[in-house]
Parts: sequence; structure tokens; C-alpha cells
Amino acid sequence: MDRQDIIDRLNEVFRDVFDDDEIEVDEETTADDIEDWDSIEHINLISAVESEFGVRFKMGEVSGMNDVGEMISIIEERTEK
Amino acid sequence: MTELEYPFDSGLILKKRKRLKRELLATGDNRIKKKIAVLGGSTTSDITSILELFLLNVGIEPEFYECEYAQFWQDVMFENEKLYEFSPDIVYIHTSIRNFTERVSVKMSESEVSLLLESEYKRFEEMWEKLKADFGAVIIQNNFEQPYYRLLGNKDASDIHGLTNFVTRLNLKFYEYAECNQSFFINDINYLSADFGLSKWSEPKWWYMYKYSLCLDAVPTLCYNIANIIKSFLGRNKKALALDLDNTLWGGVVGDDGVDKIVIGQETAEAEAYYEFQEYIKAQKDIGVLLTAASKNDEENALAGLNHSDAALSADDFISIKANWEPKDVNIRNTADELGLLPESFVFVDDNPAERMIVSSQLGVQAPPIESVDSYIKTLDRSGFFEVTSLSDDDLKRSEMYEANAKRNIQRAKFQSYNDYLSSLEMTAEIADFKPIDLQRITQLTNKSNQFNLTTKRFTQPEIEAVFESNDYIRLCGRLRDKFGDNGIVSVVIGKINNGALDIILWLMSCRVLKRDMEYAMLDTLVKKAYDMGIKKIIGYYYPTVKNKMVATLYKDFGFDKISGDDSGNTVWSLEVSSYQPKNKVIDVKEK
Repeated sequence: MDRQDIIDRLNEVFRDVFDDDEIEVDEETTADDIEDWDSIEHINLISAVESEFGVRFKMGEVSGMNDVGEMISIIEERTEK
Repeated sequence: MTELEYPFDSGLILKKRKRLKRELLATGDNRIKKKIAVLGGSTTSDITSILELFLLNVGIEPEFYECEYAQFWQDVMFENEKLYEFSPDIVYIHTSIRNFTERVSVKMSESEVSLLLESEYKRFEEMWEKLKADFGAVIIQNNFEQPYYRLLGNKDASDIHGLTNFVTRLNLKFYEYAECNQSFFINDINYLSADFGLSKWSEPKWWYMYKYSLCLDAVPTLCYNIANIIKSFLGRNKKALALDLDNTLWGGVVGDDGVDKIVIGQETAEAEAYYEFQEYIKAQKDIGVLLTAASKNDEENALAGLNHSDAALSADDFISIKANWEPKDVNIRNTADELGLLPESFVFVDDNPAERMIVSSQLGVQAPPIESVDSYIKTLDRSGFFEVTSLSDDDLKRSEMYEANAKRNIQRAKFQSYNDYLSSLEMTAEIADFKPIDLQRITQLTNKSNQFNLTTKRFTQPEIEAVFESNDYIRLCGRLRDKFGDNGIVSVVIGKINNGALDIILWLMSCRVLKRDMEYAMLDTLVKKAYDMGIKKIIGYYYPTVKNKMVATLYKDFGFDKISGDDSGNTVWSLEVSSYQPKNKVIDVKEK
């Protein structure tokens, strides 16, 4: 799974969680780019991403992620074995 | 919608909650509005958004108030302005063992432990009492989940210094309070968390990271449970089971295999599973659920199967048995008509997915996906169709009452005129002001009567209590008996006294006594009471809904004059008290 595959799947998760079919995420997307992305939705988002990819984020990672790119890096690292 | 019926996919609900909400609201269903305060000892935002979905799905539209983080106790005790302005109908208190003020410890003496227990309990009790006094709200309170670690190992359960022991004792005190308070309900997270898996439910990272007292995945399970309690005390439970027979109540096909070969009893694993399921169904009857059968069979074979000597159920347990080759949705609709129920108050239980699909699409009846016989009980039980929040005498006697109804129908066929039939029933009614013991049943009726209901005004128990205690109302509660049995409380009328006139804000009657002239008996008594109090005029209101067409002309039939009407079909009617002639001739009325 390369980074583009991950972005494509993430895009679906984002669209579901924010109920917005117009969303297009990329490596640089941050919470500031999506109107409804507040701390509450962040929890829901993280949880949906975890189940989509079958990964668990560590406690420090959840609060430390600055943009979608960092999220992708963690998913990439967890899923390649 | 099926996404919100048990067994649901929690991940999907959490992820797609916004879309689900949008779709639920788009149906434009007419829902009961309720104000719900969610008072949490931990983060509750997900709880309100998921609870909203489950409530919308069962016809309840909540408006929420949420306290600031973990302010559940302070909000009440220090009378938070916003909460008081909101004035909730229902308060849900979402607390967990994270909210203990102090942990029990091995350093404490026995009396210190008891003191701690008492003070934890009192803190809650004073809050409940204040909620009751200030809002008269219905309270839903979590009990406590077991701790996710045990300092004393197994002894944690039995030793008073163990937190496990402490939780058990505190929960028991909560239950004692629940026993004495009709508008107080325990949300049993102790059971839910065990069923879900305590170590997952209480996974501590959720607390450390987001101050959640349970993991996000468990939130739909929690909310489904709360919604079941709410729908139950609002009288929106299902009322009847429509049961398939072959491969549902026993293994095999009685028509093909013969009654000796069907699988039921104690001989094999499968037979035992069917037997236990039958016992579960029989116990449903004891809590007031009506049992009906819908089977593609010759009647003779169906009865032989039901009366099998090794079975737990027998044909007598069923209020109606339809065993024929008609489509099942037709049979269920007919059964519903005969019993005076709406098809949607049935739950259809059938092992055949094709039958389930037809019945649910034709009738809007819920048909849970029961898989294999060893999971039938679990699927029905977790669905909470018949969640018990009160066991009134009427619930316990319901089956008998419907049986008596069936006998009346046979009797009716024997008479030339309908009036002869009514006279032959030897009906007596008791029509009087509310009594404290009846308030629970009255509340239940205001929330579940849809068809013979002029205003469809819903009341909570505290609201009914307030009406009961006020002098501004004429209240009537009618009970009807006849030679076949007691129908219990079947009609409720509330009139509000308004400048010498009486506004009828509620007039309802249970459909089980339709066409018995009970409405005339109620009207006679109402007019007499009004007359005695010097009231000159009675004003009736009809507000149409999808379900109450049958009473659109009730006031006209009563001899009221129409005084106004609007585009949505709402009508207002008036009656001069002095010109009224009593109408009831067949019911002997006692005013006690």
C-alpha cells in the first residue's frame, strides 16, 4: 500500500465522518482546512481511521499529529510488516 | 432504519452518524419532543449525538442540554441557570467509578468504609431528590461498572476493602432507591460492560486521552440501552410477538416430518436449545407480551406441534394462531386488526430471511435477524423490544384481557342487533377522578394511545402528577368491566378550567374497547361534573395525526358545534352544558 492508496482510503473516511462528499484530503490537510474538524470530531475521526486500517495509534501520536501527512506516515509504518 | 436496529454495527454508526441523522430527519415523521439533560461525570458529546439517532429512530425527538465537563453534581446542587432555564423532562446521569470522590483503601476500618459508602450514596441521593423537586423530571442513572483492575485479586469481590465489593454495595443502594421511586430508572452499565467486555469497555487510554469513562466503540451499546429505557417509559414498546413455528419454535417441519419427529425437549442439544427458547417466549407472556403464531402449515399440524408433550409452550399460550397458506404479512395484519393493535406493534420472529423481508417491507414490522437457534434468545433479548420499566397490573394481565376480547367476538356473532350484544355484555364502568395508584397507567396510556386520541398530547409521570395535584382540572379515568373480565383503565379525559369554560386538552381511549359506548359514558360523567361546577361550555379540540382519523368526527357525533378549523385540519368544537342529554344506555356507571 503506497501513500496514494492510503490517501484514497482516508478520503472516504473523512467524507463519512464529516458527511461531506466534496472533501479532498492531501498530505498537507490540517484541522484548519475542514470546518467541522474540532476536538470532538477528531476523536471520532481517529477511531474511524483506526478501524479502516486495522491500526491503533499510540496516545502520544493522537495529540501530536499535525497534518494528514503525519497520519499517513504512521499508518504506513504500522501496516508494512 | 436497520442500521439502528440490533444487532447494529457500532463502527458504522459512529462514523456515519451525520448522514444517519440527516436521513432520519428527512423522513418527516411526527415525533414526540422531549427535553433531555445529559449530566456527565466524563465527556458526553458522543453520547448525545448517538443517543439522538436511536431516539429519532423510535419516534422521539430529543432536545439536549449537556453540562460542562464533569459538572453533573454541581449543575444540580448549585442550580446552574442554563439547566434551570432548559427545565428537562428527562435527566440522564452518566457517571462511572471515575467519579468516586475517594477510593476505598485497606487502611480504612470497617466503619470508615461504611461511612464512605454512605457519603458516596448520599451525594447522589440529594441530587436525585433535588431533580425530582425542582423539575419533576424522569431520572435515568448509571449504576457503576466493575473496576478494571483488582488490587486484592479475587478477594476484591468479597472483602469490604475491595473496590469491587464497594461497587457492588453501592449499586445495591442505588437499586433500593429505584424500588421506591417510579420515575427513577437504572441504566445498567454494570451488565452492559460485562456483556461488552469490561477490559475493552474500560480501556483506560480513553480516560487519559479524552476523559471518556468508556471506549468510543461502546457508546452505541450504551445509547441503545438508554433509548430502550426512554421508549419503554414513554409507552412505545412493542406489544406482541408473531412467531413462526417450524425451525423457529422447534426443529424440523411438522407437516413433513410428523409431530413425533420434530426437535424439541431434552433429548439432543438442538432439542434443548429449542426448549429453552420456548421457555423464554413463555416468560415473555408473563410480562405482558401477547403471543401470536404465523405459520405456513395446516392448522391441525401446527396445533399438534404446539401441543407436543415435550414442549414448554402450548397452544393455550397463544392469543391467536394463524396456520394456513396465506402470506404471513396478511395473517399478521389480520391478527393485528382482531386484537385492535397496529401491525407495527408486532415483532416478527422467523428463521427464514425471505419471510422476514416480506413482512418487514409490507408492514413495517421489525423482524430481527435471528441466526441459529442457540442465538435466538440473545438476539431478541438484546433488542429490548419489551424493555420493562414498570410492571403494572395491566401488563401482567394483558393476555387474559385479550382472551376475554376473543370470547366477546364470538358472543357478538350470536346477536341480531349490536345494541342487544352490548346489553348482553353486562358492562359496568367506574368513572372517577384520578387516584394515586392509577397515575402510572394513565401516563402510559397518554404515551401509547394513537388512534382514539383527540389531541395526542403526551405526558410524563411528573406532568400527570402535577395535573393530579392541581385544582384547575376536571380529570376522569374510566375502567370498564363486563361479564368476560376486567379491561382495566381504558379511557382518560383531562379538561382544563378556563374562565367558566372547560378546555378538553386530552381525550383518549384504548382501542380494546372500541364500539362499546364507553366514550358516551365518559362524556355523560364529564358533562355532569362540569354542570356541578357551574361550567357553561365545554370546548373540544381535534388535532389530526397519521393515526387518529377514527376520531375526526367524534365531537360532531357527540353533538358539539364546530366553531373553527384551519388548513391543517385542526378543529375546535363547543357544547352548551345546559342543553346536554345523557347518551349512554348500555353501561352501568359507578362514580367512586
